[in-house]
Amino acid sequence: MKKLVIRNIDQGALMKLNKILKNTFLVLFACLVLSACATSKKSTGQMQGDVYTGTDTVEYLASGVPDRVFFATNESILTTASRETLRKQAAWLRKNSDITIVLEGHADERGTREYNLALGERRANAAKDYLMTYGISSNRISVLSYGKERPVDSGSNPLAWSKNRRSVTVKAN
Amino acid sequence: MRNLIILFLIFIVPTNALGLIEVDITRGNLNPLPIAVSPLSIDDESKKSFEKTLKKKDIGSEISKVIEKNLKTSGLFNPLDKNAFLQAPDIAHLKPRFEDWNLIKAQALITGKVKNVDDKLRVEFRLWDVLAGKEMMALAFTTVPNNWRRVGHIITDKVYERLTGEKGYFDTRIIYVAEEGPKTKRIKKLAIMDQDGANNKFLTLGNELVLTPRFNPTSQMVTYLSYFRNLPRVYLLDIETGIQEVVGDFPGMTFAPRFSPDGKKIIMSFAKDGNSDIYTMDLENRIVEKITNHPSIDTSPSYSPDGKFICFNSDRSGYQQIYVMKSDGSNVKRISFGNGLYGTPVWSPRGDLIAFTKLHKGKFYIGVMRTDGSGERLLTENFYQEAPSWSPNGRVLIFYRETKTNDKGEGFSAKLWSIDLTGYNERLVDTLTDASDPSWSSLLSN
Repeated sequence: MKKLVIRNIDQGALMKLNKILKNTFLVLFACLVLSACATSKKSTGQMQGDVYTGTDTVEYLASGVPDRVFFATNESILTTASRETLRKQAAWLRKNSDITIVLEGHADERGTREYNLALGERRANAAKDYLMTYGISSNRISVLSYGKERPVDSGSNPLAWSKNRRSVTVKAN
Repeated sequence: MRNLIILFLIFIVPTNALGLIEVDITRGNLNPLPIAVSPLSIDDESKKSFEKTLKKKDIGSEISKVIEKNLKTSGLFNPLDKNAFLQAPDIAHLKPRFEDWNLIKAQALITGKVKNVDDKLRVEFRLWDVLAGKEMMALAFTTVPNNWRRVGHIITDKVYERLTGEKGYFDTRIIYVAEEGPKTKRIKKLAIMDQDGANNKFLTLGNELVLTPRFNPTSQMVTYLSYFRNLPRVYLLDIETGIQEVVGDFPGMTFAPRFSPDGKKIIMSFAKDGNSDIYTMDLENRIVEKITNHPSIDTSPSYSPDGKFICFNSDRSGYQQIYVMKSDGSNVKRISFGNGLYGTPVWSPRGDLIAFTKLHKGKFYIGVMRTDGSGERLLTENFYQEAPSWSPNGRVLIFYRETKTNDKGEGFSAKLWSIDLTGYNERLVDTLTDASDPSWSSLLSN
C-alpha cells in the first residue's frame, strides 16, 4: 500500500519534471526532486502502462535476439516492442532452421491458479501465432503454460508482477 | 479402511428429543456450547496391551483429546478444562452425577469406555444432556487398534450430528499440495492428511510440479494436474494402491480437473491454440465430450451435487466471471455481476450455494452466492487467497492463502485456512510444510 502511494506521487513528480525540463528552468530543483524519489523512479522507468519495458530479466537467444516478451495484466495482446522482439526471433529461427523452440507462457501471482494456466497458454500462443506469420513452421514450436508457478521475480509489487507476465522462447534442442 | 470399522448401535436413541439441547449452526456461533469430554475410561489390562501396540500410555484419554480438538475447532463447542471434572471417568460413564457437571457449567457431557476385545479396540461412548439429566445417545465401535484416531473422529461426527441436526465432517481427509523452497523454484508434492492434520503422508516426491488435487466423492481416487515430463496433463491416482494414469489422450494441456458427483466422470479444461474449453471424460468407457465451445477461456468447472448443472469460470464477457450451464453445455448463464473478477466456483454439497474467489481493488475474497448469483456474501478478505473446497456437510470451507513478500521478495508463505459458511471461526489449518490447493474428502464412514 505504502509503495503504491509513493509511486503515484512520483508519477506526478515526473510529469512536473518534464514540464520543467521543457522550459529548461530550475534544473537544479528537478535534480532534488529526482534524488528524493530515486528509489521509486526505478519502478516507473521500467514499465509502460503496466507492461514491463526493462531488460533486467531478459536473456538472449543470440546476439541482439531477446528471449522474452511481456504482457499487460490479464492481456495476451502483443505490444509493439513484443512484436519487434518476435520478428528478431523469427529472423534468427529462419537462419537456424534446425532449431526447435518451446514458448513458455506465464502469468503474475494476482490471479487464480487455473485461470492463470489458461492465460499463460493464451500468451504463449499469441507469440506462436506471430512467429508463424513470419514464416516459422508450427511444428518447430511447442507451447507450455506455467501459469503463476514460475515467477522470475518473487516480489509482491507491480514491477515484479510485470516481469512475471511473460512468454519466454526457449531452445528445445 | 472403511470396511475395518464395524459399527453397532447398542442403545436406541430416545425418540422424544424435545427439550434436549441443540446447537444452532445457521448463524455465527458466538456462544459455543460448554461441553465436558470425560477421558474414556479403560481397564488396566486393556491399557497395558494398547500401550504396547499403539505406543500410547492411555489410549482412552488420547481418543478423548481427538474429540476435544475436533469440537473446539468446529467453533460450535467449548470443551471444558478436564482439571475441573469432579467425577471419575468410569463412574461418570455408568451414571453421571449431573449436579457435578452442572456445577462446572457443562451443558453436554461425553463419557466412554475402551476395552481390548480379541486384540480389537472396542469403544463405547455416551452423550448426556446435563441440564435435562438424560442420555442423548449411546454407541459402540469395534475396530483395529490403529484406527483409534478415526474412532475419535466418528464419535465427534455422531455428537455433532446429534446436537446440530446435520452430518459432521470429522472422519474425513484433506488432499493438498505441500510446498517448499523459494517462490521462483517452488517444489510441490501431493500430500494427504486427516482433517485435523494427523497422519500426514506425501504421495509424490516433488520431482515434477503437481497442482490442484481433488477427491472423488465416492472413492479413494484423486485427480490432479502433473507436469510429468513437462507435459501438463490431468492424472488419476488411486491413493490406496498408488497407481496413476493420464486421463485421456489430449494433444495439449489438460487442467482444472474435478470428478462428477457420482465419481464416474472427470470434468476438466483442455487448452489448445490459445483457447481453453471444458471437456468431460467418462472413466468407464473413456468417451470424451466437449462441453463448452467458445473462443474465450473456460475453466474451473464444478458439477452441482445432482450432476445436472455445471458452474465454471469464463472470460467471455472480457473478464473472469462465473457461469452456470446444464451439464450438456446448453443454457449458459452468467451469474456473477458484482464489482471485480470472479474465479474458482465450487458447488456446495448441499446444492444451494456456490463458493468462489473474488478479486476486487487488489484484494482477494472468499465468498458464496446462491446458484442464480443472488445473495453474494464475502466471508474473508486478504492479500491473496483462493480455491475454496467444501466440507462434505457444506458448513465449512477450506482454502489457501499466500503472504505478500517484502521489497526484497522475501517472506513468502502459503498456508491452508478454514472458515465457517457464516464467516466466523476463521482458522489456520496446521500442516508440516507450506500448503495450497486443499480438497476435502467425503465422510470416510457413513
